[in-house]
Amino acid sequence: MSRAKISVVPSATGAPACPSGELRAPIRPLDLDWVEAVRVNLSAVERRIDSLPGRRTVKKEWQAAWLLKAITLMDLTTLAGDDTDGRVERLCAKARNPVRRDLLAALGALDLPIRVGAVCVYHDFVAIAAQALAGTGIEIAAVSTGFPAGHAPMETKLREIAASVEAGATEIDIVISRKYVLTSQWRALYDEVKAYREACGPAHMKAILATGELGSIRKIGQASMVAMQAGADFIKTSTGMEPVNATLPVSLVMMRMIRDYHERTGTLIGFKPAGGITNAKTALGYLALVKEELGDEWLSPGLFRFGASRLLGDIERQLEHHVTGAYSAANRHPMA
Amino acid sequence: MAPPPSPIAEIFSTMGYGPAPEQSDYVRDWLETRPSRGRFFIGGQWVAPRDSIGAIEARNPANAAFLGNLPAAGAKDVDAAVKAARAAFPAWSGLPGHYRARFLYALARLLQKNSRFLAVLESMDNGKPIRETRDLDIPLAARHFYHHAGWAQILDREFPDHAPIGVAGQVIPWNFPLLMLAWKIAPAIACGNCVVLKPAEYTCLSALFFAELCDEAGLPPGVVNIVTGAGDTGALIVNHPDIDKVAFTGSTEVGRIIRRATAGTGKKLSLELGGKSPFIVFEDADLDGAVEGLVDAIWFNQGQVCCAGSRLLAEESIAGRLYAKLKTRLSHFRVGDPLDKAVDMGALADPVQHQRVTRLVAQSVAEGAEVWTPDIALPAQGCFFPPTLLTGVSQSNVAMQEEIFGPVLAATTFRTLNEALALANNTRYGLSATIWSENINRALETAARMKAGVVWINTTNALDANVGFGGYRESGFGREGGREGIIEYLTEKSAWLPAAAGAATGTAPAAASAGSVRGKPGAEPAIGSRPAIDQTPKNYIGGKQKRPDGARTSLVLAPDGSQLGRVALGNRKDIRDAVEAAVAAESWGAQTGHARAQILFFMAENLSHRAAEFARRIRAMTGADSASAEEEVETAISRLFYYAGWADKYDGAAHSPPQRNVVMALNEPVGILGIVCPPEKPLLAFVSLLAPAIAMGNRVVIIPSEAHPLAATDFYQVLETSDLPAGVVNIVTGKAGEIGKTLAEHLQVDGMWWFGTAEGAKMAEMAAAENMKRVWTSLGKSRDWASPRLGEGREFLRRACEVKNIWLPYGD
Repeated sequence: MSRAKISVVPSATGAPACPSGELRAPIRPLDLDWVEAVRVNLSAVERRIDSLPGRRTVKKEWQAAWLLKAITLMDLTTLAGDDTDGRVERLCAKARNPVRRDLLAALGALDLPIRVGAVCVYHDFVAIAAQALAGTGIEIAAVSTGFPAGHAPMETKLREIAASVEAGATEIDIVISRKYVLTSQWRALYDEVKAYREACGPAHMKAILATGELGSIRKIGQASMVAMQAGADFIKTSTGMEPVNATLPVSLVMMRMIRDYHERTGTLIGFKPAGGITNAKTALGYLALVKEELGDEWLSPGLFRFGASRLLGDIERQLEHHVTGAYSAANRHPMA
Repeated sequence: MAPPPSPIAEIFSTMGYGPAPEQSDYVRDWLETRPSRGRFFIGGQWVAPRDSIGAIEARNPANAAFLGNLPAAGAKDVDAAVKAARAAFPAWSGLPGHYRARFLYALARLLQKNSRFLAVLESMDNGKPIRETRDLDIPLAARHFYHHAGWAQILDREFPDHAPIGVAGQVIPWNFPLLMLAWKIAPAIACGNCVVLKPAEYTCLSALFFAELCDEAGLPPGVVNIVTGAGDTGALIVNHPDIDKVAFTGSTEVGRIIRRATAGTGKKLSLELGGKSPFIVFEDADLDGAVEGLVDAIWFNQGQVCCAGSRLLAEESIAGRLYAKLKTRLSHFRVGDPLDKAVDMGALADPVQHQRVTRLVAQSVAEGAEVWTPDIALPAQGCFFPPTLLTGVSQSNVAMQEEIFGPVLAATTFRTLNEALALANNTRYGLSATIWSENINRALETAARMKAGVVWINTTNALDANVGFGGYRESGFGREGGREGIIEYLTEKSAWLPAAAGAATGTAPAAASAGSVRGKPGAEPAIGSRPAIDQTPKNYIGGKQKRPDGARTSLVLAPDGSQLGRVALGNRKDIRDAVEAAVAAESWGAQTGHARAQILFFMAENLSHRAAEFARRIRAMTGADSASAEEEVETAISRLFYYAGWADKYDGAAHSPPQRNVVMALNEPVGILGIVCPPEKPLLAFVSLLAPAIAMGNRVVIIPSEAHPLAATDFYQVLETSDLPAGVVNIVTGKAGEIGKTLAEHLQVDGMWWFGTAEGAKMAEMAAAENMKRVWTSLGKSRDWASPRLGEGREFLRRACEVKNIWLPYGD
């Protein structure tokens, strides 16, 4: 992971560097003026999103290279009630070798580090994932804090974070209490996220805003601004369990908050859209949006992730199409 | 030109964009074989020039590639086209609306079926990105035909008492070639007119393809005729005596020439001209949204848009952040091959445009502006110009004043809403305006006070067939789209009478300007009776009776030549003072309709108190019998009631265009109206013109019947007793040919209603060209003022209003 710029404000927690030796997004004192200043016009956001696919597209080799990049930006995820150790081990194996070697060879990409960014699981499976991914450089992400609704005692939630970190999680995906956003209790939201961040210790924290449950586009921006000040390394759209999960308009708003926060503080915050990103074309749209709104610097696993369980399969098929010229089929690629 | 394919590994590390070319071979095939080679589309045939006055070379401005040769139509060619249109008119206008609707529907469908072809052709011919032609030009053109297929169907019952005009001559610009064609042809033929259209010389190809579609749709020959050529050909169309209607979109300079050329001819005219539209960003705006709005405003179509938001007014508190965000955004711009699907900006339409934009930017910098362009790649060849930001641009800087018609934004700051409005309205133009604010109160207040025909709130350059488009001031007059656009292609049925018929009671002997009063004003003198008190009305200016500046009076004569009295002989300084008084009464336009209605009712009441006196005056002046004089007064009272009734009811509309918007079409006062009254019906015509004007919130400078002015001067006392604010109505008596000319030339006057002589009408239309006054003339004919259908009605209200369309997208 890389962070090109470091905030002048030191981390309030004095948290040590994360396992890969990088500096963290610091916790800052809450500045409510920044939250109050957020203005988002939904129609303007939608207009930008509607016109972008017509303005930016990648074809041929560029498309193949961008799809390979998308794989490295993926949190390969399983968050199902019927997950087992065996299921998670299979997912980890896929994470290490996401694309058939013959395809990589044909693409001239054998030397590229094509592996997913992280594997994302419930706490129960952190240890088995850590074991399966040891030495690969793939991060182990655990969803936490009473995921997905977050309605658990605070103490339980803090202990859940600590337990996952202890079990080997290098990234923690926390969920915020939506009630604080819906009732505009920004201080309470800040305190909550800050407490989670302090509990994360060395693990990077992704703050899930559950944007589908926040009620207005402006509040999504405001919640982003609070979460970043409270020390979130990433802000993330959704759990994947809300009625509406990641959308491009919501993502645009969160990216712009990240950009504003960077302009204000010099700190680079990561972004993770999650839920509902199932095909290669959608993924390319996200990458173009990141490139346009945040810049190339964000097209790296340290600052951008897709939370997805089904996306990889479609990307594999598109890559095979690029190599052979024939449309591919799912059964030709090893399942996760 | 596509770079050589990069190895995937390298792209993986750089994450750049590659080429994304749109296929164009099939369009080039058409260029080789098109039936329009060397021909015009006249009477449904591809015909060779009869007296071509030159040739045009069509080239792709992005790479100078040759696209074809086009003949320029001469007088005989234009004449043939007009004749073909005239020949087709009776049958076409006689078709049931439903039949015309079927043809328009077919054209809409054909545009859709050929949409990609047209998108590519338009991009090649004009240099604009395929993204824009594909996503905007062509779909909007098709939408225009669908929309107007609907109008053709419902026209008869929606516009009773109206008829098609005849043959329309239409001259369109090069910035949206097919879309402007659609804006012109669709409403014209929907209403039953036939057209002769000339596309701009740089961009003829999509119009020629459209002619093929007319053929394919089975459109009767002669309904649509298309001739190519430059300005000379356009002039031949505009000046052709058998053209009934001229519609032009283009520069204000050419618009002025056309206004003068058509003056006094009776040709109906609509002009959609230049702009220097403000783009206001308040501190509470979504700044990122505003930045994208600016991209749509001034870098859309390389800035070659009449309604481009070319003047950025940023609230001082956020100007720095806004400029920074804008620069970041522009640093991501991609300028290049218009046929590349991932390009933001293509080429300017012609090398001439490139030179002009370059020169104006240099001049602006020389005048003190700071210029910034992003560090991005531009193609080495072709008419490419970088997106350009000028900051610190003073109001007098050329970039704030002149329409650049290129990708150049001129920015300055403001402190308050009032200052923003002052800067925004400090222009000769009034086409469009954009306002960004998340505060609906502030946004709507600003929109209401903006002098512009189209106002976009938190969006920009949004267009729809059902929303009228057109400007205030020197941006032209008339609207395109929706109900307002339809009326531009219709005429009132039998609205005018020959001058003699209606003016039967208005043929008094010409008043002399010297001599003594032998008769007594308004009375029949008898020897030995008590002498009447001398009454010499002055002018009525700013709510006061003012002596004429020249201290001269003129005689008013009765039909038998006896002298009825004297009135002030106004001069140009009286007109000047009257207009000043009208300017000062600006708040009248902001009064509620209810308040204006009360005053009009009160005027009627006060007139009724003096009904007998006015009837006597009319009899004395015109020789009318007492019944008809009394009838004239009673009708005038009724008319005041009529417009009092309308004052709070002539509402606009709320449109729902396909996007998630509500568009409020507001009927606003034109502003200051100059009115010249006809000779006939000295009280009734005066009231019939005055009342709708003030009911709609205009301020008026009115010149009463030159022959019979005394009813109007008697009316001072009605005005004075009716609580009418000073300056709303100003009355100057005198020679219409002289003071009417001063009024028509006055640059502060927004509209002119000329009900005087035909020569006067021509003069007024000539003079009005300078500041593009909206002129309504009788052309020396008269109107049946007593008739409820023609003496009052919506036509008067429509003429008294300017439609402003305010776009308001919503959602949260």
